[in-house]
Amino acid sequence: MIINHPLLGPRDVAEFIYLGDACLIDRPDWEADDAAEAFHEYGYLRDNIAGPMQELWYHEQGDRSWLVVTRDTLTHEITNVEMARDVARARGRSK
Amino acid sequence: MSQINRITGGLVDRSRTMNFTFNGKSMQGYAGDTLASALLANGQVLVGRSFKYHRPRGILTDGSEEPNALVELRSGAAQEPNTRATVTELFDGLTAASQNHRGSLENDFMAITDLASPFLSAGFYYKTFMWPAAFWEKVYEPIIRKSAGLGRLSMQEDPDTYDKGFLHCDLLVIGAGPAGLSAALAAARSGARVILADEDFAPGGRLNSETYAVDGMSGTDWATQAVAELTSMDNVRLMTRTTVYGAYDHGIYGALERCTDHLPGAGGKPRQVLWRIYSKRAVLAAGATERPIAFGNNDRPGIMLASAVRTYVNRFGVAPGKRVAVLTNNDDGWRTAHDLVAKGIAVTAVIDTRNGPAPLEVAGARHIRGAGVVDTAGRRALSRITLTDGQMIDTDCLAVSGGWNPAVHLTCHQQGRPVWNEQISAFVPGNILPAGMVVAGAANGALSLGAALTAGRDAANAQLSDLGFTAPDTAAPTAEDEGFSCEPKWHIPSGKKRAWVDFQNDVTVKDIRLSHREGFKSVEHLKRYTTTGMATDQGKTSNMSALAIMSECTGKSIPETGTTIFRPPYTPVPIGALAGRSRGKDFRPYRLTPSHEWATRHGATFVEVGNWLRAQWFVKGNENGWRDSVDREVLNTRNSVGICDVTTLGKIDIQGKDAAEFLNKVYANAFAKLAVGRVRYGIMLREDGICYDDGTTARMSENHFVMTTTTANAVLVFRRMEFARQCLFPEMDVHLISTTDAWAQFAVAGPNARKLLSKIVDADSQDMSNEAFPFMACGEVTVCGGTPGRLFRISFSGELAYEIAVPARYGNSLIEALMKAGEEFGACPYGTEALGVMRIEKGHAAGNELDGRTTAHMLGMGGMVSKKKDSIGKILSQRPDMNRDDAERLVGFRPVDRSQKLIAGSHFLTKGDEATMANDQGWMTSVAWSPSLNHSVGLGFIKSGHTRMGEIVRAVSPVHNTEMDVEIVSAHFIDPEGERLRA
Repeated sequence: MIINHPLLGPRDVAEFIYLGDACLIDRPDWEADDAAEAFHEYGYLRDNIAGPMQELWYHEQGDRSWLVVTRDTLTHEITNVEMARDVARARGRSK
Repeated sequence: MSQINRITGGLVDRSRTMNFTFNGKSMQGYAGDTLASALLANGQVLVGRSFKYHRPRGILTDGSEEPNALVELRSGAAQEPNTRATVTELFDGLTAASQNHRGSLENDFMAITDLASPFLSAGFYYKTFMWPAAFWEKVYEPIIRKSAGLGRLSMQEDPDTYDKGFLHCDLLVIGAGPAGLSAALAAARSGARVILADEDFAPGGRLNSETYAVDGMSGTDWATQAVAELTSMDNVRLMTRTTVYGAYDHGIYGALERCTDHLPGAGGKPRQVLWRIYSKRAVLAAGATERPIAFGNNDRPGIMLASAVRTYVNRFGVAPGKRVAVLTNNDDGWRTAHDLVAKGIAVTAVIDTRNGPAPLEVAGARHIRGAGVVDTAGRRALSRITLTDGQMIDTDCLAVSGGWNPAVHLTCHQQGRPVWNEQISAFVPGNILPAGMVVAGAANGALSLGAALTAGRDAANAQLSDLGFTAPDTAAPTAEDEGFSCEPKWHIPSGKKRAWVDFQNDVTVKDIRLSHREGFKSVEHLKRYTTTGMATDQGKTSNMSALAIMSECTGKSIPETGTTIFRPPYTPVPIGALAGRSRGKDFRPYRLTPSHEWATRHGATFVEVGNWLRAQWFVKGNENGWRDSVDREVLNTRNSVGICDVTTLGKIDIQGKDAAEFLNKVYANAFAKLAVGRVRYGIMLREDGICYDDGTTARMSENHFVMTTTTANAVLVFRRMEFARQCLFPEMDVHLISTTDAWAQFAVAGPNARKLLSKIVDADSQDMSNEAFPFMACGEVTVCGGTPGRLFRISFSGELAYEIAVPARYGNSLIEALMKAGEEFGACPYGTEALGVMRIEKGHAAGNELDGRTTAHMLGMGGMVSKKKDSIGKILSQRPDMNRDDAERLVGFRPVDRSQKLIAGSHFLTKGDEATMANDQGWMTSVAWSPSLNHSVGLGFIKSGHTRMGEIVRAVSPVHNTEMDVEIVSAHFIDPEGERLRA
């Protein structure tokens, strides 16, 4: 596969490490009343998506960017690649 | 006389004779021959024995689809089994041997299995080797193993080298036949970067095997001219002897180039190169494969595909027989008869399963309409055939044509499924193709030469205009658009005679019917039950016929019955090529520490840790075995001073206004209030609350920290910290960089450590007194008169100890300087074994204890997980079951009989309990011989261990078949109060 890095252009998949669903960005609030439940869900429960999916990839053999890659799990077609930091900020993650 | 079957013409170079041997018999051929054509030229029709029944077999095809003619090539370590003679390029000195027979090829003792064939039908193994179960391993498996397989491995290491490479192009053209050459020419002329790959050593595909004209010249001449034009262009890479074996995501193709297989030896060059080709677009012009027709005893040597007969006659100048008969269900078979007659070879009969008129004039041949072959005769080679009406014809070669299957293989590699084309009675590529691929020519079902030439050019032009290239407006090459008419005929009912469908796995029409009768009707079941299509040829000549025969059984149409799809590789890829240079010590990269050269000169034995080679111990004088060295290193360090290269520990430089706050997130314990100039031990949790790494972090200044990780987890910790920084806390002002390689770092440990370092650290850069630089202090220093360095007062051994770091390029000088300064104290270097002994004596956890299953609570560090702040893993580490009072806790163990040696991995049992899982109390993680205490010491986890000091339990290791009584003690065997390290 080839991942079109937003800063570096098309790069071979061998340069990347795969993590999984980009929902891992949405780490729950540790002070919430239901924190234990929320962290359990965050840690263990994933959708098994057949179709377009947002995934986290790490450019370990490159610039060490974490990327959010939108990839169709049925065809491997990649339709969007974003910097994970930008996605995390857009989702309102702060300190 | 040699080469009795050689005739005139062909593309072989008669001025270059090649000597070779087959089963030790000397033979000759010419440059340009394949092993198969040379064997036929020498009259060697019988070339192998079949897999299951050891039936005599000959050459069926002229290409990579060959199921029969598999030979062992070369000798000694270079011997390679299961090589297809039909694609083996002849070279001077080649040695080949037939395989899968006991005794000679002509008189194979194992041929008696053929007599037992009534009992060996499909599913024989499943039905027979069931009972009794006790026979599975001891009786059945040895028998099956002995009879399994075709060729033999040399059982020696592969003496050849292999390589891997990467190529990029605008257009990849797969196949250099008429369609491929036409496509490549159009693309090359537009200026695009083109790669043209073909598995053959001579580009041209079927043009070299046929007698058609292109653009008014012979097809071969046209191909030669096209190749000359392509090779003269800088934007074209023509790759012969290169099989594109797989289509992968996003226009990436796998290709195997056989660089030196056609030479007597590799001459130091890579034998084969595995290429990864990145293409923007691709044209698949892989051609088509002719299929046989099944009839009684259709596997006799001398029965060949009709197209292969044409190839041997036209391309190689070899007559596969003297009196040839043709069996066909289509017009193309007539072409073979025509070409044979043109070469002066007698054709006795053309047997057409159809009833129509003869499409071609064939002088001297009888035309037998609406008939078929039902049986054949001839012990080791064909001598006679019997037709459906009972008449017999004497012949030594039967050319069979059952129609053509487009080579759709690569179109299936990305979930594409072929579709049925009624007109040519074959599957053609479906609508879903690998991204960027178009299919042209015979591979797409366009079976005439004229159509292939036009389709190739059009496909290339369409692809290139998408990429923004302008194709020059040249006409497509022109050729005769010969007709192709075909009436499906998959098998001819032949009474009780066995009719072979899959030659390599010995599957018959009867086996397929049996599969249907026994309920294995789906194509997938059929394949697995009969093993059809599962041999090294992957059913290139058999899958289609098997499917068609199943559709007859089910009464459904072929498309209703199913389709055959293909996975990579198209043809076998040697493991050696897939491994490339990743063999032996180059299996993965290894890293050397800054003191590696020094350690090598001073008797070090090395061990792999992560990717590093670390000194394990240093042999001194007459030391006899590693224990002598390790004991000395430990005692020397504890009594005076020792030095250890700890460069391999991961080092992460953390800077930014929010660096302290960031550390609070990634470490379970608090770091924000760590004073500048101080170091703190920290533990890291996974988000599920399990410990995964530990280490120390030093605060060099307000916004600058230096973290160390364990050697093994250095990469993983950095990756997770970048994840936390970019994905979880993106607003924090913090930056990370790995500095593992940038700093050489040495531990200096022992009561004389301060004295030694005082000679190295420049006095004006740091006051070394205990008051000014106490335990857990850190600072920037200069060493040896001005070289920048960092000093940390941390201790893994439990002694008064420091770690001193200098830029990596000074590492070798520093170890020399440290050892020289240490001479007066008798300083010694120590390796990872002594390091391990001392940390076990001190009760420090390491990888054995942080094994991905243990919690801070179990390690006795539950209290360190801060309740006041958020950190990764904190919430889930608080789950009640992870904090049970009876959880296994880390404690020390010593044998009651002090002369006994503890065994790591032993499980603990309360005295009197039976050794069962239900009674399991925990396990021993680390053991060492303590030279300080003169007995074995161990660390381990045992239920409620911290409340059981002094209790005697049993340590049982069923693996080692040992059991002993051990006493639960504090994990801190040495200096439990920590007085030494604070001294």
